[in-house]
Amino acid sequence: MLNTFVVYVEDKPGVLARVASLFRRRAFNIDSLTVGRTEKAGVSRMTIVVDTDETGARRLEAHLYKLINVLLVENVTAEAAVYRELAMIRVTASASQRSHIMDLVDVFRAKVVDVSPESMMIEITGTEDKIEGLLQVLQGYGVLEMVRTGRVAMRRGGKAANGASAGADAADAAPASGTISYSV
Amino acid sequence: MSKERKTGAEIIWKCLEREGVKHVFGYPGGAILPAYDALQHSSIHHVLVRHEQGATHMADGYARASGGVGVAIATSGPGATNMVTGIATAMMDSSPIVCITGQVGSKLIGSDAFQETDITGITLPITKHNYLVTRADEVARTIREAFYIAKSGRPGPVLIDVTKDAQQSSCEFDWEAAAPQLPGYRPDLSPKPDEYEQAMELIHQAKRPVILAGHGILVSGAGGELLQFAERAQVPVALTLLGLGAFPASHQLNLGMMGMHGEAWVNTMIQEADLLIALGMRFDDRVTGNLKTYARHAKKIHVEIDPAEINKNVRVDVALVGDLRAVLQELLDELEPCQHREWLDYLRKLKGDSAVRDIQNLPDSGHLYAAHVINDLWRTTEGKALVVTDVGQHQMWEAQYYHHETPRSLITSGGLGTMGFALPAAIGAKVARPDADVWVVVGDGGFQMTMAELATMVQEKVKVNIAIINNGYLGMVRQWQEFFYDRNYESTPLLNPDFVKLAEAFGIRSTAVKQRSEVVPAIEAARQHQGPVLIDFQVEQEDSVYPMVAAGADLHQMIRRPGVLVETAADE
Repeated sequence: MLNTFVVYVEDKPGVLARVASLFRRRAFNIDSLTVGRTEKAGVSRMTIVVDTDETGARRLEAHLYKLINVLLVENVTAEAAVYRELAMIRVTASASQRSHIMDLVDVFRAKVVDVSPESMMIEITGTEDKIEGLLQVLQGYGVLEMVRTGRVAMRRGGKAANGASAGADAADAAPASGTISYSV
Repeated sequence: MSKERKTGAEIIWKCLEREGVKHVFGYPGGAILPAYDALQHSSIHHVLVRHEQGATHMADGYARASGGVGVAIATSGPGATNMVTGIATAMMDSSPIVCITGQVGSKLIGSDAFQETDITGITLPITKHNYLVTRADEVARTIREAFYIAKSGRPGPVLIDVTKDAQQSSCEFDWEAAAPQLPGYRPDLSPKPDEYEQAMELIHQAKRPVILAGHGILVSGAGGELLQFAERAQVPVALTLLGLGAFPASHQLNLGMMGMHGEAWVNTMIQEADLLIALGMRFDDRVTGNLKTYARHAKKIHVEIDPAEINKNVRVDVALVGDLRAVLQELLDELEPCQHREWLDYLRKLKGDSAVRDIQNLPDSGHLYAAHVINDLWRTTEGKALVVTDVGQHQMWEAQYYHHETPRSLITSGGLGTMGFALPAAIGAKVARPDADVWVVVGDGGFQMTMAELATMVQEKVKVNIAIINNGYLGMVRQWQEFFYDRNYESTPLLNPDFVKLAEAFGIRSTAVKQRSEVVPAIEAARQHQGPVLIDFQVEQEDSVYPMVAAGADLHQMIRRPGVLVETAADE
């Protein structure tokens, strides 16, 4: 089962290697990993998708916390969250095919971001399913190139939406210290 | 006011002094030379080792003997990579050491410069944390953080790689301003009240409880709490290899070591228990055997400081994540006195028909038995020695026949099983505890892996006695070949040097022992001699450690010593 973790880390050299090394060392396979800045300076945010069961996910969370530079780990798999991914797809498009492709792009609420005599570049943002859907209908034209960002996730509602800063939360690491329950 | 201008090299020593370090173990080289040059102004004593692996094991032995942090120092490249085995050993056994390595100048990093190696990359999975320091003004905070990380929570090794220019350049040194900044580090977890309640309920309801006590008791200093708990709840205590000494061996509730070479009664009690109370241990495969059949009828409580250990190997019913001593104190507040007479009677009955304890009944082969040597060492030292063992058969015999009464009286490489550990670790232990009667118990194979440290021992005038259990084989491997590979003794017989002459070449008094009658006099003579003594105990070559649970087998499926009748109880 795919588990999605949101991981706040200190923005320091080598932290990505530490996180990646942990997954390799503990024999978990990363499905996708994205990393970028947050609203708080010095705090980076990763979204990591990994295929494991519930026990594996709990162990992974505990192991992530053992990394000194990890500030906060949230497994958002079972929570209401918005998932997004961005893909850019270059597809073969002769002059006569362009309007057909543009119709498809409209249906998926994607965008054409570049056109050349033989091809078009399409940008789409959405869930993995939506991207897969567009990709399927474009296969017939000939997909020349594709790049995907991997999943990013954000919980719906909650503190961050009310104006408090999730990154600041992470920097304080308040939810993680003190009492934690590990019983099943 | 407390600010002074200092080089990075000087700051290293100043910080180590502030951390309370008295001794470091190391080996100089190009990239760490600025630090060595600055050592002349420090009160810290440097022990010159013969191989950097030795430095890490010495730091490890120092840490385990003292309860403090051990420090090892090496240069870049091969100096750093030679430390890898020692670092991994400390990681697996949760031993707090700080390793400082020199690194090429920061401008040369990534250029494959002479003696450049990516030691922070190499040690990433075998350190609790590591650092690359490229500026003098990062040195102080890094060292303070390293010591804090190494010794807090679940202890472990921390490596600091310091570039040559960071050692050479100068900056303001301000100890107070360099306090650790570790926003993500949380070594101070504690359980919830309802988890304590669940645990207490299981403890009060249990009819056949067993405590499984591990290294965590020693690390947390919870020996006194364990004793109180076991006595009030009347629960027998089984120990892991690294837990030996956590509970007095002579106590009537002591079961002894559990697992692959645990006594039959210990493993039987665990398999038949209705409650396991695991304290500071991690259900290693060497103590559980087949997980599918492990203690099937038992509820399990796991008290452990590392959340990542919960439900890793064995699913537990209640997990109390926190410092063992603090958790035990909380539990003791609520613990009612219990009685388990039937269960303890059953234990006495099981002990009565044990084979392995009865070493009087070993077949008379005309040779010395390792078990006799260990047992005589125990008697002669009145059980008060600090024994440092290597890895293999002798290690298991020591665990079975040397009865440890106090914490930190046995130091051994458990998790990683590092041959060559004993001699350097014992040197570190003796430096930490100069008044201790330190004995190395080591096989002829493992001894030859790090025997160069005999020179360190002599140069440093360290009085450690060495008992080589010499059976002319890589004994434990030979035993596996005997049991599981049709006695195909491939690459296990050893052609050894004359250990007596070897020791004498180092200036160490030495003697060979071949008869049982010579054992005690040799041990006594060694204890009375001022300097180190090496005794070459030439023992029965093809003896095996019994009982044995084959790797992955059910814990109650034990291979027993063939042909020995058993009637007597424990050999005291």
